[in-house]
Amino acid sequence: MDGAQSADERGTALDSQTRLLLAVRDRRDRAAFAALFAFYAPRLKAMLLRGGAGDALAEDVVQDTMLTVWRKAAQFDPARATASAWIYRIARNRQIDIFRRETRPLPDDAGREEQEKDAFASVALAEQVHRLRAALRQLPAEQRAVLESAYLDGLSHGDIARAKGLPLGTVKSRIRLAMGRLRRLLENSAKP
Amino acid sequence: MSRKVTHHLPPAMLAQYAAGRLSYAFSVLAAAHVSLCRDCRDQLAAHEAAAGLLLEEAAPAAVSEDLLPRLLARLEEPAAPQDRQVEDGARPSGIYPGPVMMALKGRPPRWWHLGSGIRQALLHHGPGGSLRLLSVPAGRPVPRHTHRGTEFTLVLQGGFHDETGHFSVGDVEVADARLEHTPTADPGEACICLAATDAPLRFSGIVPRLLQPLFRI
Repeated sequence: MDGAQSADERGTALDSQTRLLLAVRDRRDRAAFAALFAFYAPRLKAMLLRGGAGDALAEDVVQDTMLTVWRKAAQFDPARATASAWIYRIARNRQIDIFRRETRPLPDDAGREEQEKDAFASVALAEQVHRLRAALRQLPAEQRAVLESAYLDGLSHGDIARAKGLPLGTVKSRIRLAMGRLRRLLENSAKP
Repeated sequence: MSRKVTHHLPPAMLAQYAAGRLSYAFSVLAAAHVSLCRDCRDQLAAHEAAAGLLLEEAAPAAVSEDLLPRLLARLEEPAAPQDRQVEDGARPSGIYPGPVMMALKGRPPRWWHLGSGIRQALLHHGPGGSLRLLSVPAGRPVPRHTHRGTEFTLVLQGGFHDETGHFSVGDVEVADARLEHTPTADPGEACICLAATDAPLRFSGIVPRLLQPLFRI
């Protein structure tokens, strides 16, 4: 494979948000950044409101998150994460910094293996995320709502239990069940 | 660098780390394990991928019209030191993964002697639990003890064994009130571990229980 083909292949396999983030990373493209903002800011705000933040606090976290996206774009690696996964992690870091006045410790990269830097790893990741998206769409609505709650709601299971009026143990076991179902859907989609 | 780790974090803990739901002590331990364990790094990436997909499909909430112009005006502003820490994390140093270096604030541990050559360095103590480093001389057993709440122990140097198995660098032992054990350090070098609990540890032999609140062990 020559360079042109690999760039082309990556261009078609990657989702549009990831391509926008690469334009920000590689060309400091402000129009691409504004497009990322238009997509993510309202979704991040929705996530933070779900977590119990007021309007102003939610927008503070959104602003800090998107500022970090601009500043740290050079570290984005499409072989390791989609734009959405990367931005989700940044939003959680920012939320913990602002809500709890705590710095969330981040894993270091010392143990990463060389092979992960393969040029086609980003295509392989995009394909896996595509399968994950399909599996999430096949999940029954009730279990999907449980996972939305698990990933998008507040910073404690206690908050979720209170909001839903359920015992904490019930919340945790519902999450476990939904995760199990998702895993089985993924296993089935891996079979030829 | 990544060794073959055999004792992992409970899977639910990675989902909770991804969602920002762990206490400070537990999140340092989880991030330190992920730094040393390729399997758990992949699992964390999978949780974040799923979270990212659900974020993409979340019903949007309208943001203030001036939010984007205010943000664009700030793009060239330099990051404050606190921002840099939140964004970059910390680098590993020697046996200590980045998250432990962050909890150490970049300084070497301040060891306290607990007796029998066992040393402890308290990294964090709060209502959500405590985080400390423990160093046990090669070949030495730690007095038999039980636990209140849940305790995670991550090996950073050397290894130990107890009634449940053998643990080496990168491995995590999960202990709760049901486990009463006598961990013994492997011969060769001191065993250094990171221990995170959501309650104080209960030693039976080494310090009288009366003194535990003072020593915060």
